[in-house]
Amino acid sequence: MSEFLFWFITALTIGSALMVVLHSNLVYSAIALIVTLFGVAGFYVFLWADFLAGVQVVIYIGGILVLILFGIMLTNKISSVNISHSNLNKGVGAIVVLGIFVIMVRMIFNTPWLQLSKPEPSQTVGEIGRLLMTHYLLPFEVASILLLAALIGSAMLSRKEN
Amino acid sequence: MEYLQNYLLVSAILFSLGLFAVITRRNAVAVLMGVELILNSANINFVAFSRFGGMNFSGHVFALFVIIMAAAEAAVALAIIINLYNNYQSINVDEASQLKR
Repeated sequence: MSEFLFWFITALTIGSALMVVLHSNLVYSAIALIVTLFGVAGFYVFLWADFLAGVQVVIYIGGILVLILFGIMLTNKISSVNISHSNLNKGVGAIVVLGIFVIMVRMIFNTPWLQLSKPEPSQTVGEIGRLLMTHYLLPFEVASILLLAALIGSAMLSRKEN
Repeated sequence: MEYLQNYLLVSAILFSLGLFAVITRRNAVAVLMGVELILNSANINFVAFSRFGGMNFSGHVFALFVIIMAAAEAAVALAIIINLYNNYQSINVDEASQLKR
């Protein structure tokens, strides 16, 4: 059952990611991105990262995707129904990306990965919180400053002149 | 689902698709969506290595930082895109060479 679920989520994620990349209507691309992000949250659940799956749903789907939809709506005139555009230089881009992908696949299957058989952790939130407050305290504080700077910067960039 | 390679393969596919979007799309919002795909593929790798490899919960913490950074990046990028639209009436990345004119 879980094996079937894993391959179902894989197919869903990759299919919707293809739609994100290739669909000519931007709103459809954004909706397909929702499905991709849900699929990634599903992978987190398979990888025993339940807290991260929740964070993924809340921040990516609830926050970033709404921002992207706002961006699409604000940068198209309401009267023009057709929100579409085509891709540029598809052939060259496909060759470059395919080359990089083949190299990565060869690397993945030729490397002897370290695969430990670990027991499933009883909880993840407590351990993440402990690490954030001890070992990663400085990056944690820097991240809050980064968010503040992004907030101020985006407000300043998008306001009207004078 | 019990092998590291499955997750790495999915992440490689997502990375390639995101890179394809960044290279070929002309609409700036679509380029931004490609960047989100790339960041998600990196996150899958972090969490997969924390499940199978030697980095225990550090992978989760780093994935958390990546998500925080993606939120900040999306906000700033959309502010820039809206600024660009106000100046050029289009968000085609080929035509955009200045933020102000």
